[in-house]
Amino acid sequence: MEFNNSQPIYKQIIDDFKKKLIRGELKKGDKIPSQREYAEQVKVNPNTVQRAYREMESMNMVETLRGQGTFISISADRLEEIKMEMAVNLLDYFISEMESLGYSREDILKILSQENTNREGEGTL
Amino acid sequence: MIEFKNVSKSFGSTMALNDVSLVFPRGKIIGLFGPNGAGKSTSIKLIMGLNRPDRGEISVDGEDPQNKKKNLAYLPEIDHLYSWMNIAQAADFTRTFYDDWDEGKYRDLINFLNLQEDMKIAKISKGQRAKAKLLLTVCRRAPYLLMDEPLSGIDILTREEIINTLIRDYREGEQTIIISTHEIAEVESLVDEVIFLDQGKVKLSGNAEDLRIERNMSLVELMKEAFRNAN
Repeated sequence: MEFNNSQPIYKQIIDDFKKKLIRGELKKGDKIPSQREYAEQVKVNPNTVQRAYREMESMNMVETLRGQGTFISISADRLEEIKMEMAVNLLDYFISEMESLGYSREDILKILSQENTNREGEGTL
Repeated sequence: MIEFKNVSKSFGSTMALNDVSLVFPRGKIIGLFGPNGAGKSTSIKLIMGLNRPDRGEISVDGEDPQNKKKNLAYLPEIDHLYSWMNIAQAADFTRTFYDDWDEGKYRDLINFLNLQEDMKIAKISKGQRAKAKLLLTVCRRAPYLLMDEPLSGIDILTREEIINTLIRDYREGEQTIIISTHEIAEVESLVDEVIFLDQGKVKLSGNAEDLRIERNMSLVELMKEAFRNAN
């Protein structure tokens, strides 16, 4: 995993788990690496990994069972929320970048709908 | 916790540290950053009790560093190993000095670092020598590990090996690592806390993740900015 060093690393770790959940690569009940294993895998300070895991616990994404390890514990509703959050974040970024280039909301919608027509054959959007 | 209170140290007419007050919190990996001559090595030597401050006070867990030597493991910048020794002999030498030597860790790490006991210090490469120094320092279970430029002048793959060793080996919560370097990019994801020194003064310090949140910058960018403003 490559990190963007201008963003907090523990947040990027959490985002990586969120994406894996959204894509279905991780499901409720799956065991995730221990903090130590994960720190070694991604070559990050174990304290940073601890911070990410703690936050994921408080977000009800994972739970740690004494002596057994850390498991995905997310509910279907919570997963939907996270999915929507990520979509909104991406849109926020997209819209603010477009606006910084001088596009109006109407222009943006027009471009989106044009792209949609262009891609219709591919079945995307 | 290691604390500096209004510490100054000069060498001749050069002010190496100028009224520095600092805290190195316990249980963290702390990056001590700055250009050559910033005061990084001086700070580490003062903590090790190898030098005494001209003014001010330094304490290790509330005590004089001289009384805390057994809690401090030190990796000096210079090549301090006897060149006629091989790694096994250098390990023997270290083992007799310190009763916190961890033999299991030594056996494990010598393999992990691709070193062999019969390698002669005089004959091995600079990178291997750096790894040998690291090996002999981290095999002590000291609560404080102080490393002075462990990455300088070493190829990128060896640097990675050194960083991986530190991560693999780090005892969360109980161990404090202070690492001085100007290779900031290499240790971005390794350090919890950062201290930027310049010309004997603290330019900037804080938690690495908090600084990224506040400033939207990497540690490398932060350092560049701090020094741009200085000149």
